[in-house]
Amino acid sequence: MTDAPIISIRGLTKIYRVGDVDVPALRGVDLDVAGAEFVSIVGPSGSGKSTLFHILGGLAPPTSGTIRINGQDLFGMTDSQRTELRKTTVGFVFQKYNLLPTLTARDNIEIARYIAHQNGPLGSRFQEILQLLGIAGRLDHKPRALSGGEQQRVAIARAIVNNPSILLADEPTGNLDTENSNAVLGLLRDLNDRLGQTILMITHNPEAAAYGHRIVTMRDGRIAS
Amino acid sequence: MINRLVVENLKHRPIRTLLSIIAISIQVTLVLALVGLSDGILSDQARRARGVGADILVRPPNGALILTGGQMLQAIIPRIVEQTPHVQVASGILAYGTDLFNYITGIDLKSFDQMSGGFHFVQGGPFQNPDDVMVDQYYAAQHHVRVGDTIPLINRSWHVSGIYQPGMLARLVVPLATLQDLTANTGKVTMVYVKADNPVNINQAIADLSERLKDFKIYSMEDYTTLFSAANIPLLTQFIAVVIGLGVLVGFLVVFLSMYTAVLERTREIGVLKALGASPALIMNILLRETIVLALAGSVLGIVLAYGTRALIAALLPGSLIQAIVYSWWWKTTAIALVGALLGAIYPGLKAARQDAIEALAYE
Repeated sequence: MTDAPIISIRGLTKIYRVGDVDVPALRGVDLDVAGAEFVSIVGPSGSGKSTLFHILGGLAPPTSGTIRINGQDLFGMTDSQRTELRKTTVGFVFQKYNLLPTLTARDNIEIARYIAHQNGPLGSRFQEILQLLGIAGRLDHKPRALSGGEQQRVAIARAIVNNPSILLADEPTGNLDTENSNAVLGLLRDLNDRLGQTILMITHNPEAAAYGHRIVTMRDGRIAS
Repeated sequence: MINRLVVENLKHRPIRTLLSIIAISIQVTLVLALVGLSDGILSDQARRARGVGADILVRPPNGALILTGGQMLQAIIPRIVEQTPHVQVASGILAYGTDLFNYITGIDLKSFDQMSGGFHFVQGGPFQNPDDVMVDQYYAAQHHVRVGDTIPLINRSWHVSGIYQPGMLARLVVPLATLQDLTANTGKVTMVYVKADNPVNINQAIADLSERLKDFKIYSMEDYTTLFSAANIPLLTQFIAVVIGLGVLVGFLVVFLSMYTAVLERTREIGVLKALGASPALIMNILLRETIVLALAGSVLGIVLAYGTRALIAALLPGSLIQAIVYSWWWKTTAIALVGALLGAIYPGLKAARQDAIEALAYE
């Protein structure tokens, strides 16, 4: 873990317009995440966890405040700049895996590289990651032929294939049984330990949250603790 | 990579993909069949006109170019022959339409044989009696006619005297005088074929005939047969244009529906691609590539099916319709299919490209 924050958030707000009503989702979030830190974010539904992720991942623009990832200020970014951010700086892991059903596991990983203009063969480091994830022998299968745990491992591989600065995992074990949950959480922890991958993970599960170095609790659009 | 995604997407819904391709192919076949029929029928008419062996054609002042309207007095024939230098023989014919595509032709056998070298019979021989009819092999095959049979035509029974090799003037040939009387055209002919004494004198003969027969339409057969194209048939070009318009519309609707349902179905996947950093242009690119594959596959199938319609027409209606394979229209129909399909992909493509990634990822 390095001391300089890789993520620095100050006074972040996000207000959604629903019909004629303004709905504040984030009401002033301050958060620093150090490089190579594994942070678990917990909190009740509607507390703003997902909104925070969407903004960190460049899927939605913030309403006000400053938010920096690796020195890049996300506030005021255009759509195309946020698209660029998603290619290289952020990797997503979703609760429902979200693999493309028509592609094999290998192509699901390759397409992330293609989108980020990363051509050429996968590096030896990534081959090691595939071994670590335990999916090296399952790469030529389509998602329907993979178990939930395997699909989530492929999704993790896809998320980190472009060496993103941060990995955002949104309830990564929400659809998995205990055994697979523990395996996936162990893998995230391994990636963090061995590769220094910065990880932010949303979870409802206290046991899962305990895998992080730090647990951040959100409530009513703010950091509660 | 992107092409693999395109192919896998199309394979993922094989029935939808197949139906889209078939629908596009039908409009391609429709255009190719129509153009092929126009070309085939006109080429056949030109070939048969050339088969007469004439060098020059004389049509009455009010005669349409290819259709058989307008008559002129048969009496001009001797005048032409006697008075025009370099004219070796002339033969008048009367063409009488029996339906849209077919007509019965009356000839003066003696002068016609003199000009053409005679019919080549595969069965029977030339007519001997006023109610004899000669038919070509196509007509005989389509109508299952044999020598000695009786066939009803324009309210009269005709005795089939011979079946000849096709490529000669018409499919149904009867004695000129009989047809003239039967159709109230006594003493009249539709056109006069003229043969020059020497090919080098054709132009001179045309000049002389034009001088003598003012207002008549006089063509060299070479020029006349080149006029057998769709562009010279009234309304045919417009009709083809209408069919092309329908083709574009069909392509548009098919691809619109196909891509629209594909975009709805893939909402979540589009969200995933966006989360991975795919730009709206890349999303659009994927859908357009799928569309192009559908249009090209539809075009190839359409071309193959056009061979099928040709075989079907040749089997069922050899005497009435001939469909040519017009290669120059392959790329045109492909372009038509592409235009229709790409137009149909624009709205679904824009919808996909503008999809909000967060909403798309939440889509169930």
